[in-house]
Formats: sequence, C-alpha cells, structure tokens
Amino acid sequence: MTIDGTSAHVSVEGLRIEVPGADGRSIVIVDDVSFAIPRGEVLALIGESGSGKTTIALSLMGYCRPGARIAAGRVRVGEEEITRLDGERLRALRGRRIAYVAQNAGASFNPSRKLMDQVVEPALSHGLLTREAAEAKAVDLFRGLGLPEPETIGWRYPHQLSGGQLQRLMAAMALLTGPELVILDEPTTALDVTTQIGVLQAFRDTVRKLGTTAVYVSHDLAVVAQMADRVVVLNGGRIREAGAVREIVDTPRDDYTRTLMAAARPAERSDSSKRETPVPLLRVDSVWAGYGGVDRTGQPNIPVLRDISLTLQRGEMLGVIGESGSGKSTLARVIAGLLPASRGEVRLDGGPLPPGLRGRTKEMFGRIQMVFQNADTALNPAHSIRDILARPLAFFHGVTGRAADAEIAKLLDQIRLPKTILSRRAPELSGGQKQRVNLARALAARPDVILCDEVTSALDTIVGAAIIDLLAELRRDLGLAMMFISHDISTVRSICDEIMVLYLGDVAHQGPRAAFETAPWHPYTDLLIRSVPEMRIGWLDDAGGADSLPPVAARSSADLCRFLDRCACRQAGLCDTHFPIRRTLPAGDTVLCHLDALRLGEAAEDYSTA
Amino acid sequence: MIAARPLRWVGRLRPSGKVGLALVLLWALVALLGPLFAPYSIGAFIDQSVFSRPSAQMPLGSDYLGRDVLSRLLSGARYTVGLGAGATIIACTIGTSLALTSAVGRRVFDEAMSRFMDAFTSIPSKILALVMVAAFGSSLGLLLLVTALTYVPGNYRIARSLAVNLNQMDFVQVARARGEPIAYIAVREILPNMIHPLLADLGLRFVFIVLLLSALSFLGLGVQPPNADLGSLVRENMSGIAEGAPAVLVPALAIASLTIGVNLLIDALKGKAGA
Repeated sequence: MTIDGTSAHVSVEGLRIEVPGADGRSIVIVDDVSFAIPRGEVLALIGESGSGKTTIALSLMGYCRPGARIAAGRVRVGEEEITRLDGERLRALRGRRIAYVAQNAGASFNPSRKLMDQVVEPALSHGLLTREAAEAKAVDLFRGLGLPEPETIGWRYPHQLSGGQLQRLMAAMALLTGPELVILDEPTTALDVTTQIGVLQAFRDTVRKLGTTAVYVSHDLAVVAQMADRVVVLNGGRIREAGAVREIVDTPRDDYTRTLMAAARPAERSDSSKRETPVPLLRVDSVWAGYGGVDRTGQPNIPVLRDISLTLQRGEMLGVIGESGSGKSTLARVIAGLLPASRGEVRLDGGPLPPGLRGRTKEMFGRIQMVFQNADTALNPAHSIRDILARPLAFFHGVTGRAADAEIAKLLDQIRLPKTILSRRAPELSGGQKQRVNLARALAARPDVILCDEVTSALDTIVGAAIIDLLAELRRDLGLAMMFISHDISTVRSICDEIMVLYLGDVAHQGPRAAFETAPWHPYTDLLIRSVPEMRIGWLDDAGGADSLPPVAARSSADLCRFLDRCACRQAGLCDTHFPIRRTLPAGDTVLCHLDALRLGEAAEDYSTA
Repeated sequence: MIAARPLRWVGRLRPSGKVGLALVLLWALVALLGPLFAPYSIGAFIDQSVFSRPSAQMPLGSDYLGRDVLSRLLSGARYTVGLGAGATIIACTIGTSLALTSAVGRRVFDEAMSRFMDAFTSIPSKILALVMVAAFGSSLGLLLLVTALTYVPGNYRIARSLAVNLNQMDFVQVARARGEPIAYIAVREILPNMIHPLLADLGLRFVFIVLLLSALSFLGLGVQPPNADLGSLVRENMSGIAEGAPAVLVPALAIASLTIGVNLLIDALKGKAGA
C-alpha cells in the first residue's frame, strides 16, 4: 500500500542526514528515508537508539542537532518545502504549524515559572492569540487531556505535578497553536505503565478530535500499535519496513521487525536454579525504613517501607515490582546498608547484618552487590573501564597485576564485551555497554547476592532484553541469587521465581511466579497487569483504567489500605475503616487485602469482560 | 613513547591554549633564569636621569631612581611568579583537602569547618596581612603564608560545593556500598571529577594573589627594597605614568601577560576535557 507523495499532507523523499566524523569525512546517520503521511493520520517511527528516529522527526521541523546537516532529499509539510526554507521562515513555522512534544516533560519545563505562562508562550510569541484567549483555550485542552482541576492546574509550578501530568501539559502547549503536525518524541517512555495508559488515551483522543497529523517516535511496538495508523521501522538510519500498522503487527516481513516484537514479549524461562537450604541466603525480617529525621519512637519522619519481609535462596531470582515511589529502590538500599532500617533486621546466611555501612565487614560488603539503575551515573566518568573493574578485585580479594588482568578478561567474556573497551572511559560507551560494565563490576566482587535496581529501565527494548538474557545466564552459571527490581511486570513474570509487589511501601502481594499467572490476585497487581500494553490493535480502547475513581473520605483516622484511593473493588464500611489483613490465597501467595480469594477472582473477571 | 606523550597533549590544545602555554613557560623561565641574564644588579644606580627612554644601554629605560628597568624586571619576576604560584598551590591544596573532608566526612566536621571559614572570610585580607607583618616583620615566608591563608576560604567554598554534589552521585554510592574507606572515596572517586572546575578556580586565585601581593607592596608591606616584585615595580614608578615611561608600563604589561597566560592555558585544558 503506497500513498501518492504529492497528495499526502507530509512527505519525506530520499532524506539523508550527515554528521562530520573525527577524520573529517562525514558519517551518514540517516540514509534514503522516504515516507508520506495523509492528513489527520498518525505515523510511528520505531527503532532502537541510534536508529535515527528522533533525527528524522526533528528534520520535519527543518531542525538538525548541532553539527548535523540535511545532505540530500526533501521534506514537505503541507505547501511548505521545509528543506528550502531559511531560518526566519522556519522560526515562523515551528511551534505554530509544527509542534514538538519532548520525551522528558519534567526536564523540558522551566521550574521557576508557572505552567500556564509556559503553555501559552508559543501562541503569544507567534502573535496568534491574546493572553486571555490563549488561557481559555489552554484550559479547554487541559480538560480534553484529562488533567485534574483544569481551571487552576496552570497556576502551579512544574515540581507540584507528576510526570504524567507534565507530559499532558506539554501536549497542551504543543496543541495550543492548532498545529497541523505534532511530533511526539517518546512521550511516555519515562512514565509508569499505570500512568502511561491514561496519557496514551488522552493523546490519542485529542489528536483524533482535532484532526492533527502526528508523528509518534517510539521504541515500543506495543505502544505504537495503539497510537499509529502507519509504521516506519528504522534501523541504523535506514527504513527496514513500512506499512499500515495492522500489516506490521500481524504479518511483519522484516527480520528486524520480528526481533523488535520478540524483545517486547519476554520469553518465559522455566529454568530455575533455586537451591533451597534450611537457612536462606538472605532474609529480611519485618523491616521498616524511611528518610528524614527520626521521631521519639525511632521511626523516620518520611516512612517509606512498612513491615517488609522476604527470603532469598541461593540461585533464586526475586522480582520486586511497583510504580515509582513504591519503595523498591529503598528496599535494595536497606539490604546494601546504604539506608539503615529503623526497625527489623537483615540476615545473611542466618547471621544478622549491621543495619548501616558501619560495622559491616569487607566480606559482607563483597557478598552483597548492588547494581544501580542508571549506568550513566553509576560509573565514574574519570576512570577507565579497566580501573572500574580492577578496583573490586583488588579491594575484596587482593587480586592485582597479571591475575587481575586474567580475571578482568574472564569478566568481559561473561558480559560479552571486547577487550578494546578496557582503556576507554564510561562516557565513550553505549547505554547497553555501560550497563554490562556496571554488572561486571558487581560480579568482580564474586558476590552471592546481586541487587539489580531497574537495570533495564533506561535501555531500549532490544538492548534491555539482551541484558535480561545475560542476567538469567549468569544466575544459571554462577548460581547467584538476585533481587530484580523493575516496574515492568511482564519482564518480572517471565524471569523471576518469586514476585513481590510493593505499593507505597507496603507489600501488596507476594508469592511464587505461578500465582501471578492467573487471578485471583491483589487489585493492584490486577491494575499493573492490565496496564501493560499488548501487541494488539484496539487494546487501548478495551483497557479501562483511565477513568479516575472518586476520592474516598476516610471514616476513621486509623491506618488504612494505601491503595484505597485507586482500588476499583474497595468495599465501603470495610476498606475505609480498617487496615487490611494479610491473607493467603490458594496458589500460596499472600495479599494485603480485605477481600478473599473468591471476591478477588470475581473482581478480576469483571474487569476482563467489561 | 613517554617523551612523545606531552607533545601530543600540547598539539591538541586549541590556539589560545598554546598562546597561554607559551606565556606561562616564558614567565617560568624568566623566574628561574632571569637574574642570570640581568645586565645590572637589581639595586645599582645606572643613569643620572630618571624615567629615561629605552637606549642600547638600557633596553627598557631607567626607573624613578635611575636604575635599569630590565634588570629589575628580570630579577623581580621570580617574586611574583614564585610567591603567586606557591601561595596559590598552598591555598588550593589546603582548601580542597578540607572541602573533601567536609563532603565525605561527618556532618559535625562539615558544620564546624564551614562556619570557621565563614568567620575567616569576614576578616579583611589586607588588614590581616598588615597585622601579621606588623607582628612578625616582613619576610618572604610570611608573605607566602599570609597570601595563601587569605585565599583558603574561597577555594574551600567552591571545592566543597563541587564535592558535595559529586558525593550524591551514584558512583560514590557504589563505592560506599562496597565499603570503601572515605579517603579512597574522596581522592579516587570525587577528586578526579572536580579537577577541571578547580583548575579554573586556581587560575582565578593566582590572579587574586598576584594582585594582593602588588597591593601589599604598594603599602610597603610586601617584598622589601631593593628587591621588588612586579607589583612594587608598578607602584614605585607611578609618577612616571604621566610621561608614559616604560618603567611603569612594562611591569604592568608583565603582570597582565602572566595572569592572562595562566587563564588562557587553564581554559584550554578545561575545553579539552569537555570535548
């Protein structure tokens, strides 16, 4: 199926973009890219980082990153030949007829100015609307995008809103001038799945209603399947496959597209290397922890974790899952000793660990290793990769010189990186390579337990899937116990033996993987599972969830279930008066909920048929 | 191999950096070898006329007492370069070490040290120098000490704010979770990442210290006659300004080229790291 390039609203023909290389010759980063978008349709550009998808999207505004230039081809939007316009004419176009929504709205807003001032800015600077008219239109858009309190939300500052809300405000800013083309650059990648679903629905409904042509940049094929009419699959700056979304999702012809699809659906792994011993390798007993000062009873002012218990056997992989702010990383920090627990204790091989760093022996430090989420900041930019890997060897095991070189070579083998990277520094590596080095540094300590804090969250689907394969392999080969912290329940369900669901510091649901395959489960687990986009067109229409529940007026001042406000199956007179009990379900999992297995099962049933 | 390495480093500097490096090297050479090439002794009265124009005998003319300006410049540069560089290095070493200890060490130390530095900053540097010189008499050692101490708090402030930020970084958390001693964290994890902003600060401090030395000389508290640093050369020949005498212009240009050279070099080093 092809579209006539001249009748389409947006057309790109033979686009080539180059950047100057180190040796003076130019490097082609986008080559021979052509596509067309009919008016009012949504085109998705999909690929991993480095595929040129953002570069192409930006070229639609006639913009290239510093150094890059459009070497050949033409870009046309409506009547305008973008590639032939000068700076002045492009400025008149940008933000007015072509608008851009960036990936990280949190970083894109100026923290010292009220949101309304920033949202109306493009309309005012192009002289399209008066201040009053712009504000009125902005409030309409806020309402359309499902923002709470649309009349007053604009008078707040960025830090007072959540990431999902900021992303919607950013879309409102882009749409305010009534652009004919909107470019959405990975607008939901930084969001939790439960937040993403609402933002996606709001974006799609608004774009549809206004009849705007849109370009949606993403690395997630499942999200694209919900948003786009047509898809262009990119790899290494070239088009691998292009067509209607249904063709791409149902009958992908290109190998690369199939790889993308496979990476999005993590394969089930049944090979558990768990070895049970009477005394578990790691045991966390009723741990409470938080930040801020400590009150008279010894509890922190900002409590984060409440009464967390878990055990980790040798070779076991425990998945810890929850949204941002659920306390997953805090739990890892407590075990690593970076944040002393205010109550409860952590035991390693039956022996209690001192709560903080002080008092822990070198052996204890070496046996528990934490891998931080963001490899960009977890590797010291001033050190070479060799220094980074050699330090734990020397520090924990006194291995230096030739023996250390041999062990580093072995580590590189395990993480599949070439020896040539040893002399480089972390900023010179790609995201996936950095995460591998991050992992290798933990392995260099020869640990028993590895705490992996969202190690794949900052990575592309394909790169992330490779890291997960690597983790599973290391666990099998080295018999390591791992705590795998993630916000992605589909990954956790595919690789972990045990799963723990945290909600605002409470263990909402905990049990073996099998219990997470079918209902009954905790209402929050249900929400998490339903929020993961499926590779199925029309999933977003079927998925409810975006409609917010009315807030609950607590009937007693007692501690209540923290999920109450968002729970679809809460029971008046029970959930709003008493703290829930921990009950065991038939599959051996425990939930923190008033409802029993039967009613939880019914609730999940209701949703899937609704 | 090893000999080739510094040259490659020079080759990578941008042009302004090469100019800076040349100026710094020139002044380092003058400081080291200047007196050997000075045609006359520093205190010798050569000419009957004061503020004379350059001649074959005296390439830069004579000063307000008829002494040879070139000789005084060649002999005086070592005080400015030596005292300036020495005091800068002492100030930055003390300031940065204390700052690192504050950042990675206990809160109590940080609080106490920061308040002490605040108090120290409130003492006017020239008054402090005045009191010290009055109490102990002017000597090169004392000048070095006074100028160094004066600039410790400023360096401490900057280094501490850099170190505190770096201390929050994940790679420092990783080192802590590994049980590394705080000395390792300070020196190996934090220090290498703050070296470039600190170099910029070092250049600035050097300029301040050269100016402070000149000011002290102006007040008669600095390097004592017949010796003179570049600042004293400017001060003692002030009356020649109306005639545009080289005796006052050349030392002023010397101070300018030295401080500009240091800063050009440091800025170029910074740029190299950023690229």
